[in-house]
Amino acid sequence: MEIFEIVTYFVLLLLVSTAVRVVTTSNVIHAAISLVFTLALTSVLFLLLSTEFVALVLVLVYIGAVIVLFLFGIMITRAPLGKNAELDNDKNKKLGAAIAGSIFFLFSYILVNGFEGEVVITSGSSTELLGEILLSRFVFPFELVSFVLLAALIGGITLARKDEALIDEDQV
Amino acid sequence: MIVQPVLVVAAALFSLGIYGILVRRNAVMVLLSIELILNAVNINFIMFDTMLADVLMQGQIFTIFIITIAAAEVGIGLAIVLMLFRNRQTANINEFDLMKW
Repeated sequence: MEIFEIVTYFVLLLLVSTAVRVVTTSNVIHAAISLVFTLALTSVLFLLLSTEFVALVLVLVYIGAVIVLFLFGIMITRAPLGKNAELDNDKNKKLGAAIAGSIFFLFSYILVNGFEGEVVITSGSSTELLGEILLSRFVFPFELVSFVLLAALIGGITLARKDEALIDEDQV
Repeated sequence: MIVQPVLVVAAALFSLGIYGILVRRNAVMVLLSIELILNAVNINFIMFDTMLADVLMQGQIFTIFIITIAAAEVGIGLAIVLMLFRNRQTANINEFDLMKW
C-alpha cells in the first residue's frame, strides 16, 4: 500500500508540472508535447483508480488523434516554431494569474474541506460491466454521440475547404 | 487512496487552463488550454465514480462521452482557426475584432 501511495503522489506532481509547462512555455511544439505528457499521466492516474477502459480510450483518442490534429493546426497556421516572445499577451498575465489563482484557492478550499477523510477503495477490472451498461442503458446517448461526430466531420470539411464560389468572384 | 490530493490536482489543472485561455495569444494555444480544462473535468468524474462505487458507472460513461465531444470540438475549432488564418493571415486572437463593438 505504501508504494502505491508514493506512485500516486509522484504521478500527481508530474501532472501539475507538465500542465504548468503547457501554459507557460514560449514554444508551440513544446506546449503540444507537454500536453501529450499531461494526458499520458492522466491515463496512468485512471489506471491507478482501476478504470482501465477510460485510460485506454484517453490514450487512443487524445494522444492518438487530438494531438496529431493540434500539430497539424500548429504547422498549417505557420505559428513560428522555436521560441516566440509574441505568444503570450503580457498585458493579461497578471490579471490571468490573479483569476486562475483565486479559482484554484476557492476550489481547493471547498474540496479539501468537503472531502476530509474520504478514501477510495479501488476494485478490480470493470470493463466487461462497463460495456454491458454502455450498450444497454446508455445506448441512446451512445448512438446520438455518433451523430454528433458525423456532424462535426461534415462541418469540419465544409469549413476547411476552399470556397469555390468566392474564388470565382475574385477572378471575375 | 486519499481523495483530496487528486481533487486538488484537478482544480490546479482547471485553473491552469483558465490562465492559458486568458494569457495565450495564439488561437491554437487557447484550444490546448481548453483541453486542459476538459482533462480536469475527466479526472473529477473518474475520481467521484470510483469514490461512490456507482453501480451504473455513470462517471466512466460520462467521461467517454466527454472525450468524444472534445475530439469533435477540436476538429471544428481547428477548422475555424484555419479559416480565420486563411482570411486574415494570422492566428492571433487579439486581431480577430470583426465582431467587436
